[in-house]
Amino acid sequence: MESFASLIGISVSAIFISNFVLSRFLGLCPFLGVSKKISSAVGMGMAVIFVMVIASGFTWIINRFVLLRFDVEFLRTIVFILVIAALVQLVEMALQKYSPALYEALGIFLPLITTNCAVLGVALINTEINPITGLQFTFFETIVNGTMSGVGFMLALVLMAGLREKLELSNTPEILEGLPISFITAGLMALAFLGFAGLNFFA
Amino acid sequence: MEITLPVLIVGSVGLFFGIGLAIASKKLHVFTDPRISEILNILPNANCGACGYPGCSGFAKAVVEGKAEPTGCIPGGSKVANAIADILGVTTLLNEPMMAVVHCKGGKNEALEYSDYDGITDCNAAVLIGNGPKICQSGCLGLGTCVNACPFNAIFINNNGIAEVDPKKCTGCGKCVKACPRNIISLIPKVHKIFVACSNHDRGAKVKKYCSVGCTACTLCVKATPSGAISMENNLPVLDYSREENFITAAYKCPSNCFSDLVKFRPKANIDTKCDGCGECVAVCPVKDAIEGEKGTRHVIKKDRCIGCGICLNSCHVHAISLWGAGSVKS
Repeated sequence: MESFASLIGISVSAIFISNFVLSRFLGLCPFLGVSKKISSAVGMGMAVIFVMVIASGFTWIINRFVLLRFDVEFLRTIVFILVIAALVQLVEMALQKYSPALYEALGIFLPLITTNCAVLGVALINTEINPITGLQFTFFETIVNGTMSGVGFMLALVLMAGLREKLELSNTPEILEGLPISFITAGLMALAFLGFAGLNFFA
Repeated sequence: MEITLPVLIVGSVGLFFGIGLAIASKKLHVFTDPRISEILNILPNANCGACGYPGCSGFAKAVVEGKAEPTGCIPGGSKVANAIADILGVTTLLNEPMMAVVHCKGGKNEALEYSDYDGITDCNAAVLIGNGPKICQSGCLGLGTCVNACPFNAIFINNNGIAEVDPKKCTGCGKCVKACPRNIISLIPKVHKIFVACSNHDRGAKVKKYCSVGCTACTLCVKATPSGAISMENNLPVLDYSREENFITAAYKCPSNCFSDLVKFRPKANIDTKCDGCGECVAVCPVKDAIEGEKGTRHVIKKDRCIGCGICLNSCHVHAISLWGAGSVKS
């Protein structure tokens, strides 16, 4: 039960409390770049979830069995970048070969997120101490954290896309049209998500 | 050595993934037609979607598969079409470069509105409410639906509240033509600079009441064009751009000033010393008092009157007249 509660805690924390975009301010580039239409926001979100899960798993293995073993944790960032970049390439090739339909759907977005800071961010956060259990993340917890961080990213992206689709039709002052009003909206959304910060239902 | 271990680890991780990727690229290789990437290199890569396919890569694939015509890329024009045809080993018909024009110039100062519109700045939305604020049912609303549709930033709303196309930027992709809810944008060959800037099919007396630059269907332009390149259809002149005709006279004769000319300064006619004063040019000139001179002496063209239509060029039996100015035409 302990671990189940921990998984729920990780999920809520990753989606709401420390949402990747709106609380940690990582991955802002696709957040503003691919949030013009809900359909492309969903595509991008799916691709991010996909890559985050795979990157979380692989970097956990590398961290545990290579970096910690040889006591070279300071190489974490550089090795993770290498691993994630290579991995996304590999996944892209495999998708093109075995699942052309999925490749068509994710195809444009996959190379975009290869070097995205949100993906590197989730890998690095996974190496920290789990605030709920007070221990290192287990492999399973890592996967859950990766998935839920991706879900949080997608949530922020889709919410933003929905707002921007509405904004497109509204009467915005000329000086704020386009990106400026999107930045203001993003700021207000981040403020709203700040409300989750005090959430602690294990107390 | 402290540096050896980190270098070894990063190096070996890199090597591991490098070899892995190399093997994967061989094992997971998907055969793609090399012509697809060749064609993709030629295409403008603006991903405008005017061809009807999602982006240039989609079009390249469709062309190789034979689903699309080599001439399908509108912004690329004949240059790209020929290059694609070369790669595919087929011949293609040359298509003329086109540009979009807005067939309306009745802006705030000319066309009356029966209401103020203060809704969503989009022509489609305005049309939903009582068919827009303008009394003219085929007038440009100037709310910029075409501006948003243009992938090349070639359309803007001018000071008069009318959409205008920048001929230099326009590639003739035709996206604005589809976007306009009034259907008043069309493509004309780029070499022609004159078009009818009105789309109103109402009768003259009715048009006069609400637009000072509306076509009243007086047919003066048809009469001014003996080549027959202009015909009246449904109270509006239709210009046949496939004929040998420059439409300058028609534009000049229009009493409502409905024609738009994209050329600011037309070349003017000039009569040289070969002139024997026969007076033939005076007889054919569509402009009153543009050519002066006594019979038997050298005639002179008044530059401020001449419209540069070039009709007098062919009438002169000693070939004394030529057009001078920007892009001058010799007789």
